[in-house]
Amino acid sequence: MRILIVGCGRVGSRLATEFVAEGHRVSMVDQRQEAFRRLPDRFPGQLVLGTGIDEDVLRSAGIESADVFIAVTEDDNTNIMAAQIAQVIYRVPKVILRIYDPERAEVYRGLGLTVICPTRTVADMIEEQVRQDRPVRVSG
Amino acid sequence: MYIIVVGGGKVGYYLTKTLVNEGYEVFLIEKNPAKVQVYRDRFGAIVMQGDGAEVATLAAAGAGRADVVIAVTGDDEDNLVICQMARERFGVRRTIARVNNPKNEELFRKLGIDVTVSQTNVILSIIEQQIPERPFVHLMALRHADLAIVEAKVSEDSPVIHQPIWQIELPPEAIITAILRHGDLIIPTGQTVIEPGDELIIVTKQQREAELRELITGPAA
Repeated sequence: MRILIVGCGRVGSRLATEFVAEGHRVSMVDQRQEAFRRLPDRFPGQLVLGTGIDEDVLRSAGIESADVFIAVTEDDNTNIMAAQIAQVIYRVPKVILRIYDPERAEVYRGLGLTVICPTRTVADMIEEQVRQDRPVRVSG
Repeated sequence: MYIIVVGGGKVGYYLTKTLVNEGYEVFLIEKNPAKVQVYRDRFGAIVMQGDGAEVATLAAAGAGRADVVIAVTGDDEDNLVICQMARERFGVRRTIARVNNPKNEELFRKLGIDVTVSQTNVILSIIEQQIPERPFVHLMALRHADLAIVEAKVSEDSPVIHQPIWQIELPPEAIITAILRHGDLIIPTGQTVIEPGDELIIVTKQQREAELRELITGPAA
């Protein structure tokens, strides 16, 4: 598969490393050169310096032939716009994005995007742990 | 009419000021607390500090009863999301976004933003209209059906001079709607003969512009 990832942070670089190990062709887009340092030495994927909301940048990262598009920059709105370019203009078959703000996540899920909302996921997990391991306190 | 402006840069500030003077009910949302303080001194309580893409901010600004939301921050991704959140979450009927990168105009329209304003394109079209030598000028794009209004100046060596309009093989989706001749406006018929110096105002499908240009100004040198 051809996988295009916008945002080479902790999540983006980890995904890229795993996907290339599985034999996929990976392109990374980030606007900070130093972000690519998170990738392993001799990373075989393509690195493109630029913003993920610029069509020229996305085209040079191969968006036209991408099977999967992943937007995981630190900025919700950048991820939202990048994902919509991929979905609406280039019709990439699978588009996944991260949105921290649960309210925004809900709205864009409603618009047909595959949204991962870490805030909601982490809160749910913690809540579950709290319920499971609730300490029993006997008050006297 | 209740209008919410998001983004208190120069555009947002003067827009708010103008709309207030025109008598509209206006509310301005700006992120930077220092700017908010300055604008509060000028406009009073209609200025709020906050992120216009956040539901809580839009709700506090009364987006539920807003007729128009105008996003004029310096970041296109923010303007897009502000307009989409206003429409999807609060049912705002009319959303207007400033487009900083002219390439995003098309995208924003496809994503349902009602009106986009690109300063770059506006300035470009003003420049083009001011330069009299340009024989073919794109005046404006009409959003629906991909129509455009173009102005074509007919030169001495134009292939169409001294011809009545019915003889000119215009592209099928183009029509000469007006002719400016020596400062007079002529509404043409099929019998109207094109003369050198005429300025033709043509409504055309946008994809026919290049064809039309070649027809009137001759093949590109």
